[in-house]
Amino acid sequence: MLKIQNLHANVEGKQILKGINLEIKAGEVHAIMGPNGSGKSTLASVLAGRKEYEVTEGTVEFLGRDLLDLDPEERAGEGLFLAFQYPVEIPGLSTTNFIKTAVNEIRKYRGQESLDAVAFLKMMKEKMALMNIDQSLLSRPLNEGFSGGEKKRNEIFQMAMLQPKLAILDETDSGLDIDAIRIVANGVNKLHTKENAVLVVTHYQRLLDYIIPDFVHVLYNGRIVKSGTKELALELEEKGYDFIKNEIDVEEQV
Amino acid sequence: MNNLEYYKERFDRLKSAKTVDRFADIRQNAFNDFSKTGIPTSKNEEWKYTRIGNIFNKEYRSLIPDVVSAAAEEALSSVRLPGYEQANELVFVNGFFNQPLSTIRSSDLVILSLEEAAVADEYREFVKKNLGHSHHYLKDGINALNTAFMQGGLFIHVKKGYAVEHPVYIYNISDAGAGNIFCQPRSLMHVAENSQLQMAETYVTIGGSDSFTNQVMEVVIEKDAVVEYYKIQNDAANASLVSTTHFRQTGKSYIHTVTISLNGGIVRNNLNIIMESERSEAHLYGLYFHGGTSHIDNHTIVDNVKPNCFSNELYKGILNEDSTGVFNGKIYVRQDAQKTNAYQSNKNILLSDNASVNTKPQLEIFADDVKCSHGCTVGQLDEEAMFYLQSRGISESTARSLLVRAFAEDILEHIKLDPIHKYIEKLIVKRLKKGTT
Ligand SMILES: Nc1ncnc2c1ncn2[C@@H]1O[C@H](COP(=O)(O)OP(=O)(O)O)[C@@H](O)[C@H]1O
Ligand SMILES: [Mg+2]
Repeated sequence: MLKIQNLHANVEGKQILKGINLEIKAGEVHAIMGPNGSGKSTLASVLAGRKEYEVTEGTVEFLGRDLLDLDPEERAGEGLFLAFQYPVEIPGLSTTNFIKTAVNEIRKYRGQESLDAVAFLKMMKEKMALMNIDQSLLSRPLNEGFSGGEKKRNEIFQMAMLQPKLAILDETDSGLDIDAIRIVANGVNKLHTKENAVLVVTHYQRLLDYIIPDFVHVLYNGRIVKSGTKELALELEEKGYDFIKNEIDVEEQV
Repeated sequence: MNNLEYYKERFDRLKSAKTVDRFADIRQNAFNDFSKTGIPTSKNEEWKYTRIGNIFNKEYRSLIPDVVSAAAEEALSSVRLPGYEQANELVFVNGFFNQPLSTIRSSDLVILSLEEAAVADEYREFVKKNLGHSHHYLKDGINALNTAFMQGGLFIHVKKGYAVEHPVYIYNISDAGAGNIFCQPRSLMHVAENSQLQMAETYVTIGGSDSFTNQVMEVVIEKDAVVEYYKIQNDAANASLVSTTHFRQTGKSYIHTVTISLNGGIVRNNLNIIMESERSEAHLYGLYFHGGTSHIDNHTIVDNVKPNCFSNELYKGILNEDSTGVFNGKIYVRQDAQKTNAYQSNKNILLSDNASVNTKPQLEIFADDVKCSHGCTVGQLDEEAMFYLQSRGISESTARSLLVRAFAEDILEHIKLDPIHKYIEKLIVKRLKKGTT
């Protein structure tokens, strides 16, 4: 589904990603872990098509297409979704109106008819129940004054509405208490099928107790320095990132 | 039309045509002022960024245009504001109040010509005291020019204790079908004690030549009255306008204004709110969304004369293509006006590299126990927000439209007259669809 090869990226002239290789197949759940500042959000942003990030080397293939050649909205149309680490507040734009526009623009991209009001409402109701989200939240301006937990839940709600093939969740657990994590993880798990894939980006292991990854990768200093199964996450939890850092720094000195 | 001789000749002609002129004195004084100051140039601080010289370099059909215009009468049906079926409609044609085209539905409204009001027992004193009051705040030749050539003016009286059920719609129609036209509508309004009124006003030019409208409306609001006023400007690029609306709150009262400007040639709005009574309240909202080469200037004055008044002002601008904007917000707090609360904010988005805006708050505070704040911003559409929307599959152009629309929302939500609210929404959606963003 997704094939990243030797991906290098700069922001403001500074190299952040220094040769990422990663392959994700349909049905899989991958986790990327790593200390703060290692480039996790940068990777997520590059995949979603943020302009400030300049790809200097490497390729990304998504469902057989050259992902890097597509505009952000085209990537969404192809089935990519990024749950933001910091969802943007947009006063004056109702959350419902925003989601409705997104759903229909993606349908348009795929050559499907717009959803009528009834069908849209039905879908909303269904996904609201799934995400334990309240109507009153959705009639408010997009993310404006939402609590941290509400913002993250709203991200996963959008994911539920847009039904992506690959969802990238950037620190969706940060700032959430354990109940909120459960709700979010539960939503993600229910949406996960054999046809789609999830890439969970997280700093801590705890989210992975609820969203069980098939593979865990450690991103450090712009590179994936270690990959393994979910046991790797536990090991990181136990030993901290220092053991990786030490290992790598020693290697680099040699 | 830019030499004094021209105006002198017209002025003398106007004077000799009138056997009785109730306004002879005020007219003469205004003309003297005009003779001294002339048409404002950019040397005048108040007109620094709004150059109207070119408007006066053109030839106009006449300084005092035809009163009747069949074309304008015909046009009325197509320029009516939604909800007109339930509204009192007051129509100016070429600057003259046109009684036959107007419709009065509310018996709580008294509609007279300014001349009639000036001789009526009940209104004589009022007219004398209030007509021309804006002159104390607008000392330029433009304001004087309107007063000097005052003709066909309108007097509106809202009776004491009435909540006028039907809103008042005012149309200013200019017929530029037979050459350039110069119109100077004038009105004076009295909102008596404990009455309520909703008003909307718009400007329409028909015909392919140019129009210039120099309008002055003066409104006096008495104790416990509540006034809503919506100014809607969406005229063509050949239509330039100086629109002065001057409110005096002579009793503790409430005023709510929203100025929406979407198109025009050179548009200058003067909105004055003189808070002459304790505990008065004023809300001033404005939205300008211009493109092409049009120019939009909002000058506002909030004068706190008496203590304990509250005013809140928010103007937002969206400028596209080669359009230019000006915002100048003055707040005066007089020595007497302790415990004034006055807030002001102006926010702008430039959608193109060629668009520009000059924004300037001006606070002059002579009292010590006051709360005042002001701020202004000029920026582009937020990149973060754009990316967020696009990452959800929303195309760049739709995302821009959504963000512009979202930016305008906290002005639009203050249009409390429902049909007008919907109408403005529609105009903005239409503008956004046209791909002007
Ligand atoms: N827009 C940006 N401008 C400048 N530096 C950035 C920007 N985004 C990220 N960086 C830098 O890139 C590095 C990686 O950041 P990030 O990808 O956010 O890390 P992580 O998500 O792993 O914590 C950091 O050093 C950060 O300061
Ligand atoms: Mg991050």
